[in-house]
Amino acid sequence: MKFGVITFPGSNCDYDCYKAIQDVLKEDVVFLWHNQTSLDGCECIILPGGFSYGDYLRTGAIARFSPIMKEVKKFAEAGGLVIGICNGFQILLESGLLPGAMLNNKTLRFICKYVYLRVDNENTPFTNRCTKGQVLKIPIAHSDGNYFISKIGLEKLKMQKQIVFRYCDPNGNLDINFNPNGALDFIAGIKNEKGNVLGMMPHPERSSETILGSEDGRYIFESMVEHLKGII
Amino acid sequence: MKGILMRKSEAITRKGKKKLFLAKVFVRLKEGVLDPQGSTIKRALEDMGYDGIEDIRTGRVFEINFSSEDRNKSKVLIDEVCKKLLANPVIEKYKFEVKQR
Repeated sequence: MKFGVITFPGSNCDYDCYKAIQDVLKEDVVFLWHNQTSLDGCECIILPGGFSYGDYLRTGAIARFSPIMKEVKKFAEAGGLVIGICNGFQILLESGLLPGAMLNNKTLRFICKYVYLRVDNENTPFTNRCTKGQVLKIPIAHSDGNYFISKIGLEKLKMQKQIVFRYCDPNGNLDINFNPNGALDFIAGIKNEKGNVLGMMPHPERSSETILGSEDGRYIFESMVEHLKGII
Repeated sequence: MKGILMRKSEAITRKGKKKLFLAKVFVRLKEGVLDPQGSTIKRALEDMGYDGIEDIRTGRVFEINFSSEDRNKSKVLIDEVCKKLLANPVIEKYKFEVKQR
């Protein structure tokens, strides 16, 4: 299994992702540079967190025009597994690989803390190791994680079960006090229609080992490996 | 042709005289999209003692200086640039004006 972690200028979770794949999952992983025009045969692409292009204009707005994004688009359209974490999620939104957009957190503050996520769709390549309604403890670290989509867009997301993760309390209840950024309908992570592209604001790579405070992030990476093994 | 607003991919033949333009692009959040900055500024003004403010919406302005031989053609390009990069149509709307400098 070969993972590729894309480094954009300003990415800062690329090494965390690399380490999680290499040391925790024990799978092959390479770095891909933003101006490459090939994905080097990777079977799964990770767009990591960070501040690509200094978050100038809008988060992810400039990175989406990186040469490698053309390849990521082709790869995703052909059914390849793509996960965007935090800034990676923002890049996927800006590039149109996922629907919706990010607004400032409702508090206007950068929030860095552990949150609880409820798995609302366990039938995805990213959550097949989870059970429905399972609560995961995974940290967030962002200023713009306030997910927004039009009313029609939200209906479509719900109908097609594209909402994969929702912010919740430790027991899995949707409670406004546990929605850290004001995201519409508690949305923390969504997938595309086909199901092969996932974006999530929380950082599974920062919670894949007990020494880091939680290893719930492993469920996500292990699900991806499980999925790829099943189709190879 | 260096110095003229155009797409790099399109070769052009010069015919008119090069004129200087300024495009002002205004990008704002659409109605119905939460604007946390706007509401924070509103609260600050109220704390400062200003009354009667119904709503504040924030946005940004881009000033693009360029040369062109054809104002209408340049408007098409500015519109394209807004759609592709300056505004995100999911949450934002834009308008612009192009004036000769």
